[in-house]
Amino acid sequence: MHKGKIQDKLIEWFFLLNGLVVVAALIGIFVLLLKSALPAFHDIKITEFLFSARWNPTSYYQETYGILAMVVSTFMVTLGALVIAVPLGIGTAAYLSDVASPRVREIAKPVVEILAGIPSVVIGFLGIVLVSPMIAKLTGKYNGLNAINGSILLAIMALPTIISLSEDALGSVPKSFRDASLALGANKWQTLILVRIPAASSGILAACMLGMGRAIGETMTVLMATGNAPAMPTAFTDSIRTMTATIAIELGEVAYNTTHYYALFAIGLVLFIITFIINMIADVVLENYKKKTSY
Amino acid sequence: MTMMKRLTAVVLGMCLMCGTSYAEMLQIKGSDTLINLVQRLSEVYMQQNPGKMIAVTGGGSGTGIAALINGKCDIANASRGMKSKEVADANNRGINPTRVVVAMDGLSVIVNGKSSVSQLTMDQLGKIFRGEVTNWSQVGGKDMPITLYGRQSNSGTFVFFMEQVLKGDYSPKMNRMNGNAQIVAAVKSDPSGIGYVGVGYVKEASGITVLKVARNANSAYASPLSSSDVKSGAYPIARPLNQYVNGTPSGAIRDFIAFELSPEGQKVVEEQGFFPLPVEYTEYNKKAGL
Repeated sequence: MHKGKIQDKLIEWFFLLNGLVVVAALIGIFVLLLKSALPAFHDIKITEFLFSARWNPTSYYQETYGILAMVVSTFMVTLGALVIAVPLGIGTAAYLSDVASPRVREIAKPVVEILAGIPSVVIGFLGIVLVSPMIAKLTGKYNGLNAINGSILLAIMALPTIISLSEDALGSVPKSFRDASLALGANKWQTLILVRIPAASSGILAACMLGMGRAIGETMTVLMATGNAPAMPTAFTDSIRTMTATIAIELGEVAYNTTHYYALFAIGLVLFIITFIINMIADVVLENYKKKTSY
Repeated sequence: MTMMKRLTAVVLGMCLMCGTSYAEMLQIKGSDTLINLVQRLSEVYMQQNPGKMIAVTGGGSGTGIAALINGKCDIANASRGMKSKEVADANNRGINPTRVVVAMDGLSVIVNGKSSVSQLTMDQLGKIFRGEVTNWSQVGGKDMPITLYGRQSNSGTFVFFMEQVLKGDYSPKMNRMNGNAQIVAAVKSDPSGIGYVGVGYVKEASGITVLKVARNANSAYASPLSSSDVKSGAYPIARPLNQYVNGTPSGAIRDFIAFELSPEGQKVVEEQGFFPLPVEYTEYNKKAGL
C-alpha cells in the first residue's frame, strides 16, 4: 500500500521532468537566438532591417541588411502552397473519412503518411528536374525556378499534415450529426458539405495552420527550386529567396561574431516569432474546437 | 550532381573514419570548382599509396577557408585568394595560412547552345551581370530577356567574378545556384540564360556554348578552352586555383601537395579540363617552400 504510493509519486515526477525538459529546450533556444540576434542592431537600424528590401552582405560597395524581400518571398511561397494544398488536403480528407471504402482507406492513409517521410532534398531534386521544365513550358518563360515551383513543392510537403489532421477532425464529428442530417432528407454530399465539414471546421483550420507552419520553415526544397535571386519579387513567375534559404546559404561561410553573423540570427529570430504566432493561433483554434465539440 | 558528389564524399569519409584512426585521415574542404579535380587527384594518390586516407568535401571556398581558420580541415581548396580579414582572423587563432597554387582555370562564361551570341567583351559581361543590360539584343543577340545564373556568396567564383569582371554588385535578379553543375544544367535548359563556371565543368558538357571573351573592344577574343590563350594571359578571366594550409606543410600534407604539383599530378589536372601551372606559379610555390 505504502510502496504503491511512492511509486505513484515517482512516476508523477518522472513525467513532470519530461515536460520540463521540453519547455526548457524551447526557452533555451529562444534565449540563445535572442542573444545572438540582438547585437546585430548595434550596426543595423531595426527599421532598415525590417523594411528595406536590399540584402547584400557581400556587396562590392556597402553591405546592406534588409529582409523585406525575403519575408515577402517566404509568405509568397507559403500562400501559394496553401492555395494548392488546402482544397486538395480537405478534399482528400473528406474522401477518406466519408466516401472511401474501408479497404481503400486502409491503403490510402499509410500512403499519405509515407508522403510525409520523403526527405526534403529529394522533393527539391524533383523540383529541379521535373517541375521546373514543366512550369517553364506552361508559363512560356525560359525557366521554372520561381515561386510557383516552390509553392507546388511546399504544397506536397504540407499535404500529409493537412490530410491526416483534417481527417481526424472529420472523424470526431459525432455520428448523430450525420444521422440527423440524413434523416432530414439531405443526401450524402449535402451532409458532408453543409453539416460535417462546418462541424469540423476549427479542427480543419488548425490542420491548415500547422501545414502552413511546415511550409514556412522548410529550407532545402525552396533553396534548390526557387533560384534564390534576392530581388523583391513582383510576380509568382519571379525567382525568390526565402528567409530559411538565406540562412542556410550564408551561415556556412560567415565569420563568427560579425554583423553579418548576428544578422543571420536575427532572421532566425523573426522566423521563430512568425512560426510561434502561427502555432499559437492554431492551438487556440484547436482548443476552441475541443470545447465546442464536447457535446 | 555536385550535391551527390559531396554527399558521397562525406559518406565515404565517414565510412573510412570508422575503420582508421582520425589522425591518419587528411581532411580537404572548400571550393566547388576544385572538388572534382582534387577528388580525382586524391583517388590516384591513394591508389599509389595504400594506407593513406584523404577525404575531400565541398561547400564553397568561403566554407573551406572558414574550416581552416577553425582548425577543422588540413587543406582548404579556394578558387579565390584569402581576404585580408580572413588572414587576420586566422592569425588571431594561431593559424598561419600558406598559399599553394595547384592549377589554372579559365573561368568560362556559358550561354545556351541555341543562343546566337558567341563572344562578349569584359565590359559587356560586367554590364550584363550588374543588371545594366537586360536584353540579348543589346549585345548582338535575339530580342529576348537575359536570365542570369551565378553562384552563392560562399563561392570563391562568385567573389572572383565580382571583383575581376563586375567591379560592382551583382544584379539582385541573378539566380544564386548551388554549384557549377547546377549552373551548367540551368543554362542548358534556358535559351535566355548566361552563367559562369570553372572550365573543368564545360569540356564535356553539350547543349551550351562557351563564350569567347575579349579584354576590351580593341583586343582579340580568346577562348578558355584554348590552353595557349589561358597560359599566355590572352584570356582575360583566367585565374589560379589555390589550396591553403597551415604554415609550411610537412608529413602527409606535404606529401600529397608534392604529388599534386608533380608532372603526374599536373597530368590529372589536364585530364579534368583545367590547365597545368605556368612557370610563374611553379616559382611561386617554390618560394613558399614546395
